[in-house]
Amino acid sequence: MESIKKYSGILWILIALLIGYFNIMVMGIPKFQSGKQEDLVFGIINIFLLTPIIVGGLLVFGYYALKGEYSQEKK
Amino acid sequence: MKRNKGIRSIIIASSLGTLIEWYDFYIFGSLAVVISTKFFPQSNPTAAFLSTLATFAAGFVVRPFGALFFGRLGDLIGRRYTFMVTLLLMGGSTFLIGCIPDYSTIGFMAPLLVLILRLLQGLALGGEYGGAATYVAEHSPTKERGYWTSWIQTTATVGLFLSLSVILIIRNTLGVERFEDWGWRIPFWISIIMVIISFFIRKNMEESPVYTKIKSEGTISKNPLKESFGNKYNFKFVLLALFGATMGQGVIWYTSQFYAMSFIGKVCGVVSQQTDTIMAIGLLLATPFFIVFGGLSDKIGRKKIMMLGILLAVVAYRPIYTEMFTTIDCAHKTEITKQKNVVIKMSAINKRPFDSISTTTTKIFFDDGTKMELIKKDTVFKNNIIKPCNDVKKSITLNNKNYWTLVFLIFIQVLFVTMVYGPIAAFLVEMFPAKIRYTSMSLPYHIGNGIFGGLLPTVATYLVTTAKSNNNPDWYLNGLWYPIIVGSICFLIGMIFLDKNDNKIKE
Repeated sequence: MESIKKYSGILWILIALLIGYFNIMVMGIPKFQSGKQEDLVFGIINIFLLTPIIVGGLLVFGYYALKGEYSQEKK
Repeated sequence: MKRNKGIRSIIIASSLGTLIEWYDFYIFGSLAVVISTKFFPQSNPTAAFLSTLATFAAGFVVRPFGALFFGRLGDLIGRRYTFMVTLLLMGGSTFLIGCIPDYSTIGFMAPLLVLILRLLQGLALGGEYGGAATYVAEHSPTKERGYWTSWIQTTATVGLFLSLSVILIIRNTLGVERFEDWGWRIPFWISIIMVIISFFIRKNMEESPVYTKIKSEGTISKNPLKESFGNKYNFKFVLLALFGATMGQGVIWYTSQFYAMSFIGKVCGVVSQQTDTIMAIGLLLATPFFIVFGGLSDKIGRKKIMMLGILLAVVAYRPIYTEMFTTIDCAHKTEITKQKNVVIKMSAINKRPFDSISTTTTKIFFDDGTKMELIKKDTVFKNNIIKPCNDVKKSITLNNKNYWTLVFLIFIQVLFVTMVYGPIAAFLVEMFPAKIRYTSMSLPYHIGNGIFGGLLPTVATYLVTTAKSNNNPDWYLNGLWYPIIVGSICFLIGMIFLDKNDNKIKE
């Protein structure tokens, strides 16, 4: 379990990057360019709220996991 | 026996205040459809509704800031004083929302004032929950912490139930027209009475024994924010609490209780009275399970129950929402054609004497007892050119069998909520030491619920609307991608990283 915890850190970092790319390039920037109010509201929520928390948080979480911060001996 | 009596009175006093705060917070969401017509320009009803949802969501977004501000205060000056302040802030803001003149009277000041008061509501709630959960947990025996804190956990759902019930009673008493004209303000005004009662009950409560002890020992944190988030050892648990528990719990809570309501009423078009009662009955039937799962978590551990709840929800959402949609959808029902009734009314447009609005009301009856009313408003210009309206308002009145099917499907969804949410207060309290507990547990809770959960109705409604306009055949299921993806990631993290037997407070 300890090694799963540690190496899953790579997975969380990859998921963070994937979500970041998808949220910015697919569900973010195009919404600002559509000119519709509902797209704009969604784009703002996505780019300025969800993306920083998910991407930033998961990157740090993944990094900590990879460094073994969640192993039993460090708890 | 005497000890239990003491805890009971603490639970009642704490829960009552928290219940009122949830009521205040959710009354806005429960009245979202009416509010969108009062405080926002009506040139584009969909945009107005989305703006209302965004304002509703703004209250959620500031919750983490409330958690930081009041959490810090709670760790510095005590739990009791802090959640007295949050109670008054919440009550005052709610009352004032009910006093704001509508858009037609004061223009853009109306949505601006609503937004400011909504932000104050969010700040207050951000401070309230962590305080109440910590306060109750610090009074509870260690081995019964899940059971006793689960009473606090019922307050969010009961607050939602109370808000729906108050709306139902007032709407039935006044009638739909008067309710939509001015009666919707009453639920906001009622709040101030409840807050005053709760304030006087809380006033007589004593400070938590754990906090009193650390205060007398002089071990209170001097800088709770720095110790909570600037210290790597504690911060990694804040991240774990967020990504391994509260993030999934938040999306499940808001999908099963809020998005479900919006789905039945807005996406499927069921009349608001039936939507409200379906939700209210489903919530009422499932609420005792918060206590059941909270108590069970003391015996078999928090992790098993919470993770099972997330997994079941993630797997079951698509089948449940497909069933909800097909139960309501009239496309496969047999119409009684001879009962079809079409009425067209013309009414003049203010300040445009030569133009008028043509309102076509079509009533359709189906052989299973379902009724559907379609209202279409077209503009007719003086030269008889018609500008058709693309927005057809659909209102479906369900038959008895379909009504109870939906109640059952809501009940199942709220059951998932009770599994995830029932034990989570105890789980969060146990993760952090007393001196920074209020701050540390409040932030992941309010990011999980306020940001991930609170934004869910807006995001899901947007995804459904976009999929529908793109003619996606499964458009009505598209809103579920958000809770399914977030819930799945949370389940994986929780399963790998949470300890199954970690029920000890780290001091």
